[in-house]
Amino acid sequence: MSLTDKDKAAVKALWAKISKSADAIGADALGRMIVAYPQTKTYFSHWPSTSYGSAPVMKHGKDIMGGVVLAVSKIDNLVAGLLDLSELHAFKLRVDPANFKLMAHCIMVSIATKFPAEFSPQAHVALDKFLANLALALSEKYR
Amino acid sequence: MVKWTDKERSTVRTVWESIDIDELGPEVLRRVLIVYPWTERYFGAFGDIFTTTAILQNPKVAAHGIVVLRALDQAVKNMDNIKDTYAALSRLHFEKLEVDPDNFRLLADCITISVACKLRAEMNPQVQATWQKFLQAVVDAMCAQYY
Repeated sequence: MSLTDKDKAAVKALWAKISKSADAIGADALGRMIVAYPQTKTYFSHWPSTSYGSAPVMKHGKDIMGGVVLAVSKIDNLVAGLLDLSELHAFKLRVDPANFKLMAHCIMVSIATKFPAEFSPQAHVALDKFLANLALALSEKYR
Repeated sequence: MVKWTDKERSTVRTVWESIDIDELGPEVLRRVLIVYPWTERYFGAFGDIFTTTAILQNPKVAAHGIVVLRALDQAVKNMDNIKDTYAALSRLHFEKLEVDPDNFRLLADCITISVACKLRAEMNPQVQATWQKFLQAVVDAMCAQYY
């Protein structure tokens, strides 16, 4: 399900409206994922806290959204644009790619709570496709 | 049987009471058809559901969305016995409607997103987790009579 020009335009249009809240969305989304899917905590056992709103969660949520921002800028070639991040996730972090879906869902729930008017079904389908393609690009170097 | 704490029961009830089925039902089904277009396969009798505009304007889509959420109301009222409550519905979806059960998961995700749009900050992480636990129980019950 590759991104059409329409999808890319929709993602960029949505992004323009929400990008100022990127850090907040990232922190919220990661916090939500840890609460709603406790198995994801297994990746963060080295943190002093995995509580919603704690410093490590806020910082890491921000980092994750930084990756999403990068992906938006590389939307025409996600695999090439996210190569370094893919190598990081494949060889160092070794995050099970199934978790990318959970994070994507929580990013969308976060956006829905903060920007309900902007997160129309049309924006939703474009972002869902974009995050799925982002996840694929991130998994590129896994095997 | 799924175990619910008192807090979880009250969370599900509170979320459900904040929703107007007549408003949310149409939104949910429209979202499913727009975000996951292959679900169109189950609604051949609905007429034109092949473009976003058509989906948004189709009265049968809106009406059926309400039907779906009315069924969800049964789950809210019978949280301790969702499996039995949905046995006939599950059999119907398998034997007669021939619905791929993965679609129940897609519907659940769209319900969560639509509810999140409505509840906004009230859908905090704990509420989201509990709501998703509830919908998972509903999805499991809908799959239970497939063989």
